[in-house]
Amino acid sequence: MVEQVKKLLDKRLKSIPELEQLRQSIISDRDAGRITVSVCGGTGCRALGAEDVVDAFSEEIEKKELAVKIEFKETGCHGFCERGPVVVVGPQKIFYQHVKPEDVPEIIDVTVLGGKIVKRLLYTDPITNDEIPYEADVPFYKRQTRLILGSNGEIDPTDIEQYVAAGGYSALTKVLTGMSPEQVIGEITKSGLRGRGGGGFPTGRKWQSCRVVKNDVKYVLCNADEGDPGAYQDRSILEGNPHSVLEGMIIGAYAIGSHQGYVYVRNEYPLAVEHARTAIEQAMEYGLLGENILGSGFDFKLTINKGGGAFVCGESSALIASLEGKIGEPKAKYVHMAERGLWDKPSLLNNVKTWANVPLIINKGADWYSKIGTAGSKGTMVFSLVGKINNTGLVEVPMGVTLREMIFEIGGGIPNGKKFKAVQTGGPSGGCIPEYLLDTPVDFDELTKLGSMMGSGGMIVMDEDNCMVDVARYFIEFLKGESCGKCTPCREGLSKLSEILDRITHGQGRPEDLDTMTDLAEVLSSGALCALGRTAANPVLSTIRYFKDEYMAHIINKKCPAHVCRELITYSIDAEKCTGCGACARACSTKAISGEKKQPHVINQGMCIKCSACFDACKFDAVTRS
Amino acid sequence: MPKYWVSGETSVDVDNAPDANVVHFNVDGKEVAVSGGQTIYEALQRMPGIAEIPALCYHPAIQPYGACRLCTVEISEDGGKSFRFVASCLYEVKEGMLVKTNTDKIRKLRKGIIELLLARCPNTKIIQELAEEYGVDKPRFSLGDHNCILCGLCVRACQEIIGKSAISLVNRGIYKEVAAPFYAYELGEGCIGCGDCAFVCPTGAITMGGNGKPVLPKVKIPYAEIGAMMSRETQTASRE
Repeated sequence: MVEQVKKLLDKRLKSIPELEQLRQSIISDRDAGRITVSVCGGTGCRALGAEDVVDAFSEEIEKKELAVKIEFKETGCHGFCERGPVVVVGPQKIFYQHVKPEDVPEIIDVTVLGGKIVKRLLYTDPITNDEIPYEADVPFYKRQTRLILGSNGEIDPTDIEQYVAAGGYSALTKVLTGMSPEQVIGEITKSGLRGRGGGGFPTGRKWQSCRVVKNDVKYVLCNADEGDPGAYQDRSILEGNPHSVLEGMIIGAYAIGSHQGYVYVRNEYPLAVEHARTAIEQAMEYGLLGENILGSGFDFKLTINKGGGAFVCGESSALIASLEGKIGEPKAKYVHMAERGLWDKPSLLNNVKTWANVPLIINKGADWYSKIGTAGSKGTMVFSLVGKINNTGLVEVPMGVTLREMIFEIGGGIPNGKKFKAVQTGGPSGGCIPEYLLDTPVDFDELTKLGSMMGSGGMIVMDEDNCMVDVARYFIEFLKGESCGKCTPCREGLSKLSEILDRITHGQGRPEDLDTMTDLAEVLSSGALCALGRTAANPVLSTIRYFKDEYMAHIINKKCPAHVCRELITYSIDAEKCTGCGACARACSTKAISGEKKQPHVINQGMCIKCSACFDACKFDAVTRS
Repeated sequence: MPKYWVSGETSVDVDNAPDANVVHFNVDGKEVAVSGGQTIYEALQRMPGIAEIPALCYHPAIQPYGACRLCTVEISEDGGKSFRFVASCLYEVKEGMLVKTNTDKIRKLRKGIIELLLARCPNTKIIQELAEEYGVDKPRFSLGDHNCILCGLCVRACQEIIGKSAISLVNRGIYKEVAAPFYAYELGEGCIGCGDCAFVCPTGAITMGGNGKPVLPKVKIPYAEIGAMMSRETQTASRE
């Protein structure tokens, strides 16, 4: 009896046909026309209250006894974070935005049971004012090619069977049934896939160099230590579709001959850690990880390692040091990690997005994959579009889409009718790209030419209210805090750069500062030990290159054109417009404003702390700033 | 015929090289041969006709670390088509490579690093000497009052040679400093008073004290002060 129960509970798949049988049985158990309700459980939607919406659905479903009738799931990130919490009702994929728990009964009654659409929850096109009922027609999604993110909205990341039903692990079976390791590497090489972590190194070549090294012990590593301000795509993939990363890693391990892998993920991503852990446990249970995977004789184990949140640990040699339990400091990479990596063994490290691309390439073939993208950069790239943009969210587009399409078509342009000023790509060490270069196609090589980089795919949009000197100051401040402090150029250089930028934004800039900063940038780019230091001056160099006039305004005229740097703003009251209502004087915390009732008021400049309270309080535009 | 340089100073005809593992390469236009497995810095250190390569975090008895970056040279591995900067203390000599040790670009980079070091340690003799040699007049930045350049030699000597690890580099980035464990005021029993740290220190930031134990550079956040800060915070919190 116990044996029988054990057998029933044993989900281990012992052969490849068993996986196919499982897939077929899950699919045939489902009613093709069944109603599905998926609530986005990604980070953005959670922050906007998605968990309450999930609870409300569970309650309502229980109350109305609908559990058998509809398939309800909390999925990973759908990408359109601006409109969260997002709910999608299938099979026709009706898209509801900004859903609150109190909307849930109506969605159940009207849409799920009644088959009609709740109009007030639909997305309205800001240009045409049309209400758009279906997800695929929303302009934000319409222009994307969601190869990596597509399944995020379809599957519950905590249930391996949903991934399997969606075709998951079929790339692995393809590899295990008929592909030699060399063939796998050949396919990846032919696809033209380049590392998605920022460097853009050809993935196939990286795999090959690790394959040829003879060693019984090799490691496969996943870099999920995404730490760029404003970037969260790796997090969302690991949260929303962890098995796609696992499948890629298992294939990579097979290709290079490795039996142990590590996922290095930031501890600040608790949901990503949890979902990756669940995924590994389930894959073990189903015999997709561990010994004798699907009866093929191939063994591979995966372990999660939580990072302590140091930005520099995203750098490969620092990541390895951290994995080894040492201080997370980079080492010179004069010996490739394909030869001596983790614990001096050959190691293969790829970014989350790179791994997630692997099953896709194996399934659909290198020929298909290499048709997407540009000559030098193949496939799609996932960007996190944030900052001063209407449609904040995760965007996946083929390489080669222009920045303008991304920002103005998918991103929906700049909010509040403001004017676009710059887009910062590639994270803190990337560069700021101005308006006149927006027609540049986005790929690894083009962005580098502009003095920026692809990085991990962060994209921060800035408008006329952003001061570019202040932006440079912010990123240098960030990098100064994240520098490990090992080498002189990075530790001392960033500290001095930050000092100079601080001075400039406080109105104490000197004419020679630009030259000094350019010199420092050169010391960093040619002298620093690791990529963090070598690219750290990009924010300064690119802003000097494209926004020199703003630096000059700060240094020579002691003015901040964007009115961001406090010390450089002067507030005054236009006597002709002032009605003497006294609103400004009441708002002023230092009592710097005086004046008789119904008479023009005056600001005492000596007492003004430039907090902008009067400017915000005045209803007659009488308070001006310059 | 290139000369085979034995331990940097003396040379023999390459045919008579006592070592089977000979690496031939070009340095500043000169064909040389040395025994393989050593770094560029080690190979060139005392080779006549090669300008001295400065280095502050290097010691022959300790594993190279690559932190001060002063020993940076330019190398080419494609026959001179493209050159790149590497730290010579870490990069091994390779057959056929081209090395440049004293170009304008290198001198400019070293000058930049020395300017940064001088801003950190304006009163340190060895830095002042380097500054003079490389033409750094006065740093364009605010000046610190350190003596320690965080090369880590003391820490590495204590760990690698003595096997004690009585001192370590603590904190990260701009807050990094050499300190006793847990910011203790005095070095405890872990320190055997061998003085190795003071011996290898390139700037004289560590000296030997009267009690036979080294005196470390003054730390920014002594442990006791953190304690005081924390208790102040607790007091403020309890008042609120």
